[in-house]
Amino acid sequence: MQINNLAQLELPTVMGHQYEEMPDDLFIPPNALEISLELFSGPLDLLLYLIKKENINILDLDVSKITDQYLEYIELMDSLKFDLAADYLVMAATLAEIKSRLMLPVEAFDEEEDDPRSALIKRLQEYQRFKNVSEKIALFPRIDRDFFTASAQLPTLEDQEDKKIIITKDEIYNLITEVINRPNYKANHHIDFEELSTKERIQMILDILSGTNLISFSKTLIKPEGKKGVVVTLLASLELAKDGYIELIQNKSEELFIKSSRRI
Amino acid sequence: MNIKLVNSIEALLFGAGRPIRLSEMKNIIENNGIEAELSDIKKSLNFLEERYSNTAIEVQDVASGYRLQIKQEHSHCLSSLWDDKKPRISKALMETISIIAYKQPVTRGDIEDIRGVTVSTRSIRFLLERNWVKVSGYRDVPGRPALYVTTKDFLDDLNLKNISELPDLPKIKENAENDIFSQAV
Repeated sequence: MQINNLAQLELPTVMGHQYEEMPDDLFIPPNALEISLELFSGPLDLLLYLIKKENINILDLDVSKITDQYLEYIELMDSLKFDLAADYLVMAATLAEIKSRLMLPVEAFDEEEDDPRSALIKRLQEYQRFKNVSEKIALFPRIDRDFFTASAQLPTLEDQEDKKIIITKDEIYNLITEVINRPNYKANHHIDFEELSTKERIQMILDILSGTNLISFSKTLIKPEGKKGVVVTLLASLELAKDGYIELIQNKSEELFIKSSRRI
Repeated sequence: MNIKLVNSIEALLFGAGRPIRLSEMKNIIENNGIEAELSDIKKSLNFLEERYSNTAIEVQDVASGYRLQIKQEHSHCLSSLWDDKKPRISKALMETISIIAYKQPVTRGDIEDIRGVTVSTRSIRFLLERNWVKVSGYRDVPGRPALYVTTKDFLDDLNLKNISELPDLPKIKENAENDIFSQAV
């Protein structure tokens, strides 16, 4: 009967299965303790487990045995998490208190409000509800675990700042040579003075025409002067023609002739 | 059935990359010159569902709207493909999120009272970062602790449309308590 009543406290069947698989002396080997931490995520959890494991009423619990086991636990928890160790200690003390109260004569706790078990059991039950339901929710299909979304969404573009600059030594070499060889745009542009003067050329043509009436344009050129010489000679001829000193004659032949107008 | 509308909705669902509401679909579709009532869109979604019946995808209605997803029976192929990315959530975290889901809004202290252990900053931060919970305000007591509530993302991630779809919280068995007392005395 005791067993049945206590079994009602532990609602989930899932938990029942888990307990069955556990060794009886769960708390003795320190290695086993560490593995079990995942299963006992809280001291209330552990207390429930103990009550169930002993399969007895709190009254029948060997509290000293439980406290021994707690102490072992605490020793282990010490190095891991102080908060947890402290919580376990409170639980062990509460159990001891319940036990000691119950062992006193009945008159000592005829007022229910003072009964420490009431508050503890309420907490255990409240916790049990959420523990139970959280196990159900944990089994709900969960995104990226049990199902996935189907999407043709744009990929998130990479952050530019994350990109590392990768450059080879060849690239550096090429870049620096390009910079070195780059034309110096800051240099001034020099303007050379004219080597050949149109005025001089006018005089030259007039000198030639003083001796002869007609001369072909090409004969007035001086070869080393090149294109510039041609340009200057043409300018001089045009200048003279404009002022009426000479006439420029070009017949069907390609050749241009300079003819003195005899007004000099 | 207006195939152009159906295909526009299919395109939206594929492209959105998030759940999308009926009203949002209506807005976008109307902005693109297709007249559609909400009922037409709903019909199109049903049509799509039928169209997908022989495929690996399905239309799912979750808290934030509609989305396309791989049917669960085909998801195991993908989970083996993305094995290393599988997010694991501890029992302690599941307990914490469950307490928030049923008792919201709650403070960290409320959760600690029920669970009997300290709720680490890390686990709260995990839930916040995962966007499963958010701070809805601060309780007007000394210290002004933050009040946490669950988000639509939490429901979306569990394929739920409404918080009421969560299983009922088991009732406290009053007589169990009494029985223990009677035995003890």
